[in-house]
Amino acid sequence: MLAPGQVRGTGTTPRSGAGRVSRRRGVIAWCFMLPLIVINVLVVLGPSVFALYSSFTEWSGIGAPRWIGLANYVELAGDSEFHAALWHNILWTAFFLVVPMAMGLFGAFALTRIRRFRLLFRVVYFVPYIVASVVTAAIWQNLLSPDVGLGKVAGLNFFGSTTLALPTVAFVNNWAWWGFLVVVFLAAMQGVDPHLYEAAALDGAGPFRQFWSVTLPSIRPTFMFLGLMTIIWSFLSFDFVYVLTQGGPAGTTDVLSTLLYREAFASLRAGYASAIGVVMALISGVVVAVYLVMRSRKAWAI
Amino acid sequence: MTAMTTGAPVTGSTRADTTARGTATGGGGPFVYVMLCLLLLFALGPLVIFVFSALKTQSALATSPLSVPWTPHWENFATAWQQANMSAGLLNSLIVVAGTVAGVCVIAGCAAYAMARLELPGAGTFTTYLLVTSSLPTQMFLVPLFYLWTRLNLYDTLFGLIVVYWGLFSPFATLLLRSFMLGIPRELEEAARIDGAGELLVLFRVILPIAAPGFLTIALVTALASYNEFLFAVTFIQDSGKLPVSTAFFSFQQGFSQDYTLFGAAGVIMVLPMLLLFLALQRRFIEGVSTSGLGG
Repeated sequence: MLAPGQVRGTGTTPRSGAGRVSRRRGVIAWCFMLPLIVINVLVVLGPSVFALYSSFTEWSGIGAPRWIGLANYVELAGDSEFHAALWHNILWTAFFLVVPMAMGLFGAFALTRIRRFRLLFRVVYFVPYIVASVVTAAIWQNLLSPDVGLGKVAGLNFFGSTTLALPTVAFVNNWAWWGFLVVVFLAAMQGVDPHLYEAAALDGAGPFRQFWSVTLPSIRPTFMFLGLMTIIWSFLSFDFVYVLTQGGPAGTTDVLSTLLYREAFASLRAGYASAIGVVMALISGVVVAVYLVMRSRKAWAI
Repeated sequence: MTAMTTGAPVTGSTRADTTARGTATGGGGPFVYVMLCLLLLFALGPLVIFVFSALKTQSALATSPLSVPWTPHWENFATAWQQANMSAGLLNSLIVVAGTVAGVCVIAGCAAYAMARLELPGAGTFTTYLLVTSSLPTQMFLVPLFYLWTRLNLYDTLFGLIVVYWGLFSPFATLLLRSFMLGIPRELEEAARIDGAGELLVLFRVILPIAAPGFLTIALVTALASYNEFLFAVTFIQDSGKLPVSTAFFSFQQGFSQDYTLFGAAGVIMVLPMLLLFLALQRRFIEGVSTSGLGG
């Protein structure tokens, strides 16, 4: 986008004047950038760099950090709580790659197949997404409660059982999440060339075949991108675990972010917590890198 | 990518209508409607039961948790409003949301204008930088940020929380606005420049009026995100008089009273403002949020 403006600049003013004008405009441009840069350095970049540094230190958060090299990372490697949390994040990711993605794809595809009420369905599916996570948690705590809800009917303590707690929390998070995927997939599916469907129908392809051979390949950029974001977001997931179970019972729902939070603010081990944060950043970094390599290999147009 | 998705709901729906008409070979039959209605029930059922629970007495809830409250107990809302400190919570949230939205619009508006319209040296690198920082895990910088805010006396202040939200939400808003401004024809501002208008006049008289829908979109997305945000709110605000509504609701739930009918009432009070805003502006809401899912 820079080129057209520069060309126009040299066309209307003498060459030397154009250089001065564009340099002056460059300075003005950076002045406009200043608020964003200041805020970003203050809130994101500065603390992130400090987190990287403090992950190599022993630091309570209040005093001066003491350099201990890789000791935090060595401790992480042998920390069974960390292993458990990481494993729960992996299970969580698998769940979110399958259940909400399937519901989102099915919901969106079904919506492209109907003539009436499409807008109504789309709005209603989206409503859980705008409900705050604390309220979503309360909705399902009420509904599944062992005292007054379905837990009483079924005789199960969904959030208190070591085997049921993690899938239940993931299920609750999914309730707030899948409608978002329907909306994004629907937007992508509405961009598919209708002639492809007509051609497929002429060849005798039914709805399932059409979905597999026309829809899915056509929305592959969106599909891959949402898969990528699902993995990244799954490793950052915090709200529902923190509100519903606090990582319990007996650590069976602990994830990396709740472990980090506890180490930082309950155990006052900010350096160790930062090391967990750096590992989380590395995981998303690796996922993004794999995605970019795959994208360039297969030449997906995004 | 962004521009394409933003346009899709408008242009795409008519195209997809013809698709459905052309290929409804058994696919658009009753089966599809039944499945869609089941999904509808899954989305709406828990919400309806939650509203029901807010209108019952505790004993009625315990005996029949799913039944319809034929004699609604509206007084639960008054009790919850008082006990959960909802008036203070909603006021604090209003301050936080207004401050966040205003700040993000200014910060992102200036930056997007520079990136899209002024010949910003290194704009491409900066775009990549914004993409990278907005996919960075927030938990990574949470801990140092917390201790930095304590040093700067920004901890436990609404202004401190607002500044955090500026940092969290402005990169995405900038990217979205930038792509919006790139779509504005240059001839308009060139004409204004020929008439002798300066940079600021061009910005305020030409760019801003045309970019208004883009600003509305980022305002809605930012308002929703800052109203519902939990992790930073629970970390940075401790004073019970300053809690925004999300953490006020949370601390009410963690409190001594374990009355599910009051949790229901307080939850409905919290959701209602956003729900009404969403229903009033749902098309723009959905466009904005689904664009955020596509990462710009």
